[in-house]
Amino acid sequence: MSAVILAADSVNVAQNVAFGIIAAIMIFAALNVVTTKNVVHAALWLVVVLSGIAAQYILAAAEFVAVSQVLVYIGAVMVLFLFGIMLTRAQIGKEFGLNNKGWALGIPVALGLFGLLAWVILDAFGDDILPDRGPAPTVALSDQFLSIYLVPFLAISFVLLAAAIGAIVLARKD
Amino acid sequence: MLAVNFLLLAAALFAIGVYGVIARRNAVMVLMSIELILNAVSLNLVAFSLMTGAIDGQVFALYVIAIAAAEVGVGLAMVLMIYRNRKTIALDELSEMKG
Repeated sequence: MSAVILAADSVNVAQNVAFGIIAAIMIFAALNVVTTKNVVHAALWLVVVLSGIAAQYILAAAEFVAVSQVLVYIGAVMVLFLFGIMLTRAQIGKEFGLNNKGWALGIPVALGLFGLLAWVILDAFGDDILPDRGPAPTVALSDQFLSIYLVPFLAISFVLLAAAIGAIVLARKD
Repeated sequence: MLAVNFLLLAAALFAIGVYGVIARRNAVMVLMSIELILNAVSLNLVAFSLMTGAIDGQVFALYVIAIAAAEVGVGLAMVLMIYRNRKTIALDELSEMKG
């Protein structure tokens, strides 16, 4: 934690304030996703978390990833979730029995996991300062995709095709 | 800006997602919690990409986004099929394979 004080004069204050506000909103929204009694509200809180992640990508100078996040998650995945909710339940409003009988077991597991992760992160990266690099050029990203990551890129297009066909086959009537 | 900011935020989101996977009974809610976990991981990847200056982290984050889209599509199709056959998507009632 001494690194926080040492780094204070070389730190971009506006960036940190924006990070803190967005992070607080995201944690609040994520807690709501896993605790709310209304499935539709959970989906809408998930939109807040995903938008917050996109904003954090912009703060981390990854604008292409941020735009992809908005397009894919908020545009497509959330629509899928809302379709899934509406096709699998008729009940609108509060719903009981959304949690397992042993749901309380999740709290110590999550707290223990967070504690362990936080300890490891602070131990390993406690002093590292993120440099001010400016936005990553999208050209560099596409150069990577079309050179050394070309084979995984083609593989993932096949995965997406297989997933689309599989989803249609699974969800088709009869 | 410190690297631990992003990493701790991602760890918190990951832990919340794990809680959701354990605690939730509705299959759609479990899929939402998995989305939280995947997003936490890609936030980590982007933060490390900024830290090292190599752009590979962003490439990996885009792969994670693509895989997550495929995963949600197939997962929700499976949930729909289970709902059509069983009229419920409560995960603890799907126990035929239990020994």
